[in-house]
Amino acid sequence: MRAGVALVRLTLTGFRNYAALTWRPEGRVAVFYGPNGSGKTNLLEAVSLLVPGRGLRGARLADLARRGGSGWAVAGRLSTPQGDVDIGTGTPPEGPADRRVFRLDGAAPRSQAEIAGRVSAVWLTPQMDRLFQEGAAGRRRFLDRLVYALEPGHARAVAAHDTAMAQRNRLLAEGGADAAWLAGLEDAMARHAVAATAARAALVQRLNAAPQEAAAGTFPAARLSLCCPIAARLAGEPALAVEDWLRAALAAGRAADARAGSAALGAHRADMGLADAASGLAAALASTGQQKALLIGVVLGHAALLAEARGFAPLLLLDEPAVHLDPDRRRALFDALRALPAQVLLTGTDRETFLPLRGMAEALRTGGDALARDPEFPPAPG
Amino acid sequence: MGGPEVERLIGLLAKLPGLGPRSARRAALRLLQHPEARMLPLAAALAEAARAVRPCGHCGNLDSRDPCSICADGQRDRSVVCVVEGVGDLWALERAHVHRGLYHVLGGTLSALAGTRPEDLNLAPLLARVGAGGVAEVILALGATVDGATTAHWLTERIKPFGVVVSRVAQGMPIGGALDVLDDGTLAAALRARRPF
Repeated sequence: MRAGVALVRLTLTGFRNYAALTWRPEGRVAVFYGPNGSGKTNLLEAVSLLVPGRGLRGARLADLARRGGSGWAVAGRLSTPQGDVDIGTGTPPEGPADRRVFRLDGAAPRSQAEIAGRVSAVWLTPQMDRLFQEGAAGRRRFLDRLVYALEPGHARAVAAHDTAMAQRNRLLAEGGADAAWLAGLEDAMARHAVAATAARAALVQRLNAAPQEAAAGTFPAARLSLCCPIAARLAGEPALAVEDWLRAALAAGRAADARAGSAALGAHRADMGLADAASGLAAALASTGQQKALLIGVVLGHAALLAEARGFAPLLLLDEPAVHLDPDRRRALFDALRALPAQVLLTGTDRETFLPLRGMAEALRTGGDALARDPEFPPAPG
Repeated sequence: MGGPEVERLIGLLAKLPGLGPRSARRAALRLLQHPEARMLPLAAALAEAARAVRPCGHCGNLDSRDPCSICADGQRDRSVVCVVEGVGDLWALERAHVHRGLYHVLGGTLSALAGTRPEDLNLAPLLARVGAGGVAEVILALGATVDGATTAHWLTERIKPFGVVVSRVAQGMPIGGALDVLDDGTLAAALRARRPF
């Protein structure tokens, strides 16, 4: 497998609990441990903000600044297969605090997709432990993030679909809308929904086809499915025919959609299914620990797929990954991390959990607004 | 700092596109340091332009004449009308010397969220021009955004009954651009819009 994207330096200014912090990773795997509220997840969140999107917490921009401060900045130097790249993000120097700008090698990028083309990150958070107890939106976001990493243009297709849908919803709610205007919006929805669905379906197919056991060591392999009428049609018809069908179905459903306040069809109706590839057990019926193991299996399989497909693995940000896992699964997780080419940042409250990673990972204790290196975890070569 | 007159000047300059507070201060300082050479001629030019320049009643272009110099130009191909969102787009096409026909400035794109509705667009003169005959093709040169594409779709429905050709500007490879730096959407559009050599 090819070399991944790796963080060489991370600088935080006025970000969450960190007034000023510079961290230079010394290996491919880093563990942040410390008590609750000591800033472990903040570090992962900072790294997640180096790629376009709202980061692993989906936080509001106003919440990212240090208490009492107004501006914040996160800067990272990353080594990539194309050479080192400097990415910065934060509030603009002259404000306002609710705006966020990007810098790519010191200059404003033409678009955020330019950054997404250079680096990608995938994460797992404790909030995802409830992914299969809650609505489809969270599962769809999880799947979309996996797709973005492989196809940066996917973000634009989803955003364009959602914009067209919001405009259509507004027109239908107001009533008496111009039919040609509605048809124009439905045309945009159909084109972007089919593009987004095709990208989701392609990722699901590639992940299921990839030899996950090889990538994930002894970690259980997961089988994904995409539950969506557009995907079902795409499996048997050309994309243009599916666009025509969706356009016609949206036009026919205007009255019902106006009553419901939302579109019955579109890219926003997709759901992701997940099951254990070996036993066939669906995630929704599995225990919390089994669900977590399945999600980790997906993330590890995805990292391996990305390394093959794009030539570099994403940064893996695993927030509290060991929680809910039994000792065998923890061991399997650590074995899998050993085999992956990706840079991995992990967090946990309990230092002992990560002792098996000694010799492979550096460990840093969080607290205050600083990091303290753990001498018992000597840095390993990257 | 400099009294209310200076603050007001900076405040007004900072509202211009492309100028932030810092560049507005720099511009104001340069004007104030050279009142005779820079400030008064600028003030006179602004007053004159505000008095004389109006939207063209035919196409929506900004000009001191109505019809504007493009609509009045007898050398222009009057059978082709290029529809653009704003006057800035018209200027861009004129700078490139690529269109020798007429223009029509819509004055925006449809957006339910921004509250821009069909009646807010400058459409009637375009339909009147197409309806009067003599127009063979309408080129839609609108942005490749959701609003631009929706407006193009909507306009096509309005213009098609007149029996004229409605075309759209192509999307794809930029001149001098390398293939491997294009985003996936642009690449897909370029492949879809390929032409025989």
